[in-house]
Amino acid sequence: MSDDYAGDDLTGLSDSLGELYEEFAGSEDSAAQFDSPLEDDWQIRPMVLTMVPLLAALSILQMVSGSVLETFEEVLLTNPALLILVPVQIGTAGNLGSIMCSRLSTQLHLGTFEFTLDNPEIRSNSGAVIGLGLTVFTLVGVAAWAIGRALGGTLGFVDVLTISLVSGTLLAAFVVIVSLLAVSTSYRLGYNPDDTTIPVVTNVCDITGVLILFAVITLVL
Amino acid sequence: MYKRVSAFDVYRQALPVVLVSLVAGLFAGTILGSEPMRDGIESVPGILVLLPAFLATRGGVYGSLGARLSSGLHQGIIEPRFTFDQRLSNAVIASFINGMVVSVFIAVVAFLVLWIVADGGNLLQLVGIMVVAGVLSAVLMLSALVTVVFVGYRRGLDPDNIVGPLVTTLGDVFGVVFLLVAIYLVGLLL
Repeated sequence: MSDDYAGDDLTGLSDSLGELYEEFAGSEDSAAQFDSPLEDDWQIRPMVLTMVPLLAALSILQMVSGSVLETFEEVLLTNPALLILVPVQIGTAGNLGSIMCSRLSTQLHLGTFEFTLDNPEIRSNSGAVIGLGLTVFTLVGVAAWAIGRALGGTLGFVDVLTISLVSGTLLAAFVVIVSLLAVSTSYRLGYNPDDTTIPVVTNVCDITGVLILFAVITLVL
Repeated sequence: MYKRVSAFDVYRQALPVVLVSLVAGLFAGTILGSEPMRDGIESVPGILVLLPAFLATRGGVYGSLGARLSSGLHQGIIEPRFTFDQRLSNAVIASFINGMVVSVFIAVVAFLVLWIVADGGNLLQLVGIMVVAGVLSAVLMLSALVTVVFVGYRRGLDPDNIVGPLVTTLGDVFGVVFLLVAIYLVGLLL
């Protein structure tokens, strides 16, 4: 996994968090917890120590899209319509991915899932995701153009709509492929796809969404 | 028996949630594209580097708090009342610590990225902006999340269904708004 290189940093971070926690919770909590011992699950320390390394690793991954945005800073600042597309692209990609994954995992649990192209379940879910992508990115293209105009941008309607639709369609296709791969891989490796696929797929799709968007922007502009 | 559904059924079921997040995304995008925000992005190197990580963290921190609150309510070990409760306060404090630690971490990593790929930024400025934006969004997200989940639960709504759209919508919109406020406030000080 690409998180590996973050390992050393994160161990150090966990240690210093332990200390932070002790300072924070030391005085009042120790007495209260003595009276009514809480399950480990609801203690501050384990909640912080499990979540922070995970979130830190994910934010390092997100720096990939951050660097791409920074590279295109000038284009984004002169064309507010494109800046508007960024959060929508990120949000929709993750959403479509989590819809597809949770539906496929449910079918897997119900025993109706078969990883073949002529499986009608796979066809209807893929079709729905592509349809949702087309709907959303048509609306987004129109809205981003109009708002961009109001904010002083000069980009033409056809350009904005083309960028939005082309990148949106590619993204929806990517979401379908990644979700299918993630669910079947996680099943083959013996993990419950409910736990594993959604965080992985949403983050991968968020980052790819930005990469696809800027690849299309480069081609169109 | 599991009923086979057509692509159109799936489309119709998922459309409302996707449209809600679309509206939230457009709102966040409009603030991002606004004149003051573009000035901020131009004057503070690194804002665009940390933007995706900052927005993703909001989802991670408060989404997991929401899931935890839902499970606690379903298990009956948390009461949907605004009185002091050790579990509730632990969960809220832990989310606050998570949000703040990761925000500062993001500022530091963004500074390193900027140092490698561009001509460098100001570490103090980036950390300051992330701390201010982190505190503001923690206060809003924690109070909104606990209130909506509790009030919804008392009215018979399943918190599992509210948490996702709530966190995405509020997180995106207010994440960008508070980032703008933070750039302004830190600009006054530095």
